[in-house]
Amino acid sequence: MTNKYIGSRVKRKEDPRLLTGNGRYVDDIKIVGQLHIAFYRSDHSHARICNIDTQAAKCSPGVIDVFTEKDICEYYSPVIAQSRMKNYQATVMSILAKDKVRYVGEPIVAVVAESRYAAEDAAALIAVDYEALPFITDPKVAAQLNAPKLHEELDSNILVERSFRRGDVEQAFWKPQVHIKEQFRFNRKTSVAMENRTYLANYDCTLNHLTLYSSTQVPGIIKDALSDLLNIPGNELRVIAPDVGGGFGGKTSLYPEEILVVLLARKLKKPVKWASDRLEDLTTTSQAFDELIDAEIAVDADGKILGLKAEVIGDVGAYSIYPWTAGIEPVQVISFLPGPYKIENYDAHVRAVATSKSPTGPYRGVGRPCSTFVMERLIDLASEQLDMDPKEMRLKNLVQPDEFPYKAASGIVWDKSGFVEGLNAACDAINYDELRDQQARARDEGRLFGIGISTFAELTGIGSRISASPGMPINTGTETASISIDSTGSIVARFGVASHGQGLETSLAQVVAEHLNVSIDSVRIIHGDSDAVAHSTGTYASRSAALGSGAAILATRALNVKLLKIASILLGDEEENIFIQDGFFFNKNTDKSLSLKALAKAYYSQMGSIPAELKEEIGDLSATKTYDPLWGTTSSATHVVALEIDRISLKVKISKYIVAEDCGQMINPLIVEGQVHGGVAQGIGAALFEEMVYDEQGQALSASLADYIVPAATEIPRIDIEHLDVELPPTLSGVRGMGESGTIGAPAAIANAISDALAPLDQYVTELPMTPERIFRLVQAAQNPSS
Amino acid sequence: MSFQKTITLKVNGVNYTRTVEPRLLLSDFIREDLLLTGTHVGCEHGICGACTITFNGDSIRSCLTLAVQADGAEITTVEGMGSQENMSKIQQKFQEHHALQCGFCTPGMLATCEDMVKKYPLTSEDEIRDGLSGNLCRCTGYQHIVDAVQAVVKEDKRDVS
Ligand code: FES
Ligand code: FES
Repeated sequence: MTNKYIGSRVKRKEDPRLLTGNGRYVDDIKIVGQLHIAFYRSDHSHARICNIDTQAAKCSPGVIDVFTEKDICEYYSPVIAQSRMKNYQATVMSILAKDKVRYVGEPIVAVVAESRYAAEDAAALIAVDYEALPFITDPKVAAQLNAPKLHEELDSNILVERSFRRGDVEQAFWKPQVHIKEQFRFNRKTSVAMENRTYLANYDCTLNHLTLYSSTQVPGIIKDALSDLLNIPGNELRVIAPDVGGGFGGKTSLYPEEILVVLLARKLKKPVKWASDRLEDLTTTSQAFDELIDAEIAVDADGKILGLKAEVIGDVGAYSIYPWTAGIEPVQVISFLPGPYKIENYDAHVRAVATSKSPTGPYRGVGRPCSTFVMERLIDLASEQLDMDPKEMRLKNLVQPDEFPYKAASGIVWDKSGFVEGLNAACDAINYDELRDQQARARDEGRLFGIGISTFAELTGIGSRISASPGMPINTGTETASISIDSTGSIVARFGVASHGQGLETSLAQVVAEHLNVSIDSVRIIHGDSDAVAHSTGTYASRSAALGSGAAILATRALNVKLLKIASILLGDEEENIFIQDGFFFNKNTDKSLSLKALAKAYYSQMGSIPAELKEEIGDLSATKTYDPLWGTTSSATHVVALEIDRISLKVKISKYIVAEDCGQMINPLIVEGQVHGGVAQGIGAALFEEMVYDEQGQALSASLADYIVPAATEIPRIDIEHLDVELPPTLSGVRGMGESGTIGAPAAIANAISDALAPLDQYVTELPMTPERIFRLVQAAQNPSS
Repeated sequence: MSFQKTITLKVNGVNYTRTVEPRLLLSDFIREDLLLTGTHVGCEHGICGACTITFNGDSIRSCLTLAVQADGAEITTVEGMGSQENMSKIQQKFQEHHALQCGFCTPGMLATCEDMVKKYPLTSEDEIRDGLSGNLCRCTGYQHIVDAVQAVVKEDKRDVS
């Protein structure tokens, strides 16, 4: 049977509303009588709070009330991200700072007023006296056991510590042909979804029920957490993520402001809204990366990798983020460092260190942008020493097609994916050999022309056997679909996953329509709503297409069994003689047919049409199924980029960019391409521009979009994509996750290409982003080798 | 309450007279007073372009404009460009080319695109990218937006010849 919808470039169902201004993001929802919160936030990175003066703010026009931690602490339990990891130290976070502040931007006072203008006016009247405490901003210093502690109750600032070891690393590093030892730094960045975080809580006194509208990626996680922290039974609480303006990881965590709007809506019995401004979003939405990686690789004369070592410090900021914990990024750096390569001897150690900066959390790619950057740089550095082409060296070390499943050095198991095929396809598509010739000519002319490759693999669509964050005691391994047909014959499919740009309304409708054999227009998708299914954790970690479609397939199967039974009675023939096409049931032997609508009407509304016992057995025309892909699957890709650095301006101009990726079965190629383009654009941002800069006092210096550079259309090149046609993975739908891949591969490819471009100057990249200033410094170093 | 000023303006063909505080941003006026929430704010400091609207025939940033400056102006917001049943050509091309993901930047993008299609020949991809460079999109990587604009330009040329 050929697919009608799956694999087609179906136009998105959500587009007409989003294109005409009819989208409904949280701040577009206005409830009569809604109140607005503005925060007074800390301008110290580490200080004791001596006094808070809210008197003037309370008298400011339009103000309803002003709250500090002591006014609200009795109504909730503080936020503690739990973990089963050994050597894990949890932090305790209150909604508003209690006694002391631990990062610039930490909320201290909340003003509730009739309008946002009035709330901000009043917040400006608040005065707080601080007693400065030692800055804890350098993660290397903070990691020392005698360093001043950010959380006095903990043993140290080291929140997480973990090692991976395999084989005999000492032996591997015993006089290898090539031994590369280098320190890498991937600086701090942030998600910058175009919609700032926004929350609106509406308490309905009549029903004793609270609805939170949240710009979140994870409504299910937020509901479960709020129910616990605020002690609200789940049936009195609903979390809805309406249209959400991008997430990229920054909207996967629970935030203090989110808890507060709910708490205050219950307390004040009024709708309460908080809409973040960009300054708040840049400084308080979970940030990313900030890894310092000392790495070593040993390689033999043939270019085979003998061993790999790494010592990683992750600067995780002030708190261990809920629910993911401080381990999410740093631990995954060493889990994924060996990448798609066969490395028998591995020794890696990581420490996640608290500092007086904004908390970090999951960001598109989690750990893998950093691990891929380091691994791919090491390979290029080694191949250069061996005078071997970097593509050649990769081919030698990649897990080969006949070697799957392969257990990587950190214990991750790669199921079959097109590692080698991807590298070859990308190089073919970009005309690699010819590009090298072109480079030789450019170099002869004195131009700085570079080519960079990055090859990587990631685990996606993971099920219950692996937590999405190491040690986190939350089930991230299942998703549920609930599909029902009502008495009018209308189909509604409910999911817990939540879309914030991925087009799940369309791709999940494609899957449901395909498997129910009905028109896509007849399927309504409900998602991003904690009432949709009993349990869900939402959208992150490249899981929703794989898990959502798997659950949809299971539910449609169960529903089809019911429908066939009924159709066979109504059409008066055995089930094997009945088939369904485009929403109609046909009897093979007669010309009798029945629409789904007629079937539903007959089933629900015509008394006596179906025997009572059968009706009791079938129940209503719905099916709810949960899918668990257990170990998940492997997604892989190779990026190749060609770029040139202008000798005078030092501007990096990317001339060619190719991605060859194995994402298994595509549900909608249009959406897949969009995800790749967007992911690569963020990876280019991470490689060249984006950095949350903090000074040594913990002040955020890049706290506006004029200072934090998000790439515009002029900075992003055309990106070509090759979809690999390799064996489908064992997920139910054959889908491999692919939402993060672009961001994982791009920084490494660009770092390698810039290094390649600077090779004539004997300079190379160890730090990202490669801002114009950093490139300038490298060029300077080449000109004045002594300084 | 501080000093207020009465303004009269036309938005999407409808005349409005409202009394506002002089400090009220035009973006807030559109979203909060007129309840036209299709115009988005992403930064309120003039960088992201999400708040772009058509103001007396030009695309401008409504977050850098005060409502009082709009006295007497004629404004089109995304709600005035087309309806779900009857989208404008650029809106249709955005859908066909998958030029939006989360849709948050989209109303501003559309205003910018319409302005540049009207005013410039847009003969090259670079020229289109230059035109788009005042609007940030975090989702699409811009390529499909460029494709959508190119498709509009191509059809316009065909319609003229
Ligand atoms: S909101 Fe106006 S430019 Fe960003
Ligand atoms: S579509 Fe999400 S920011 Fe452009």
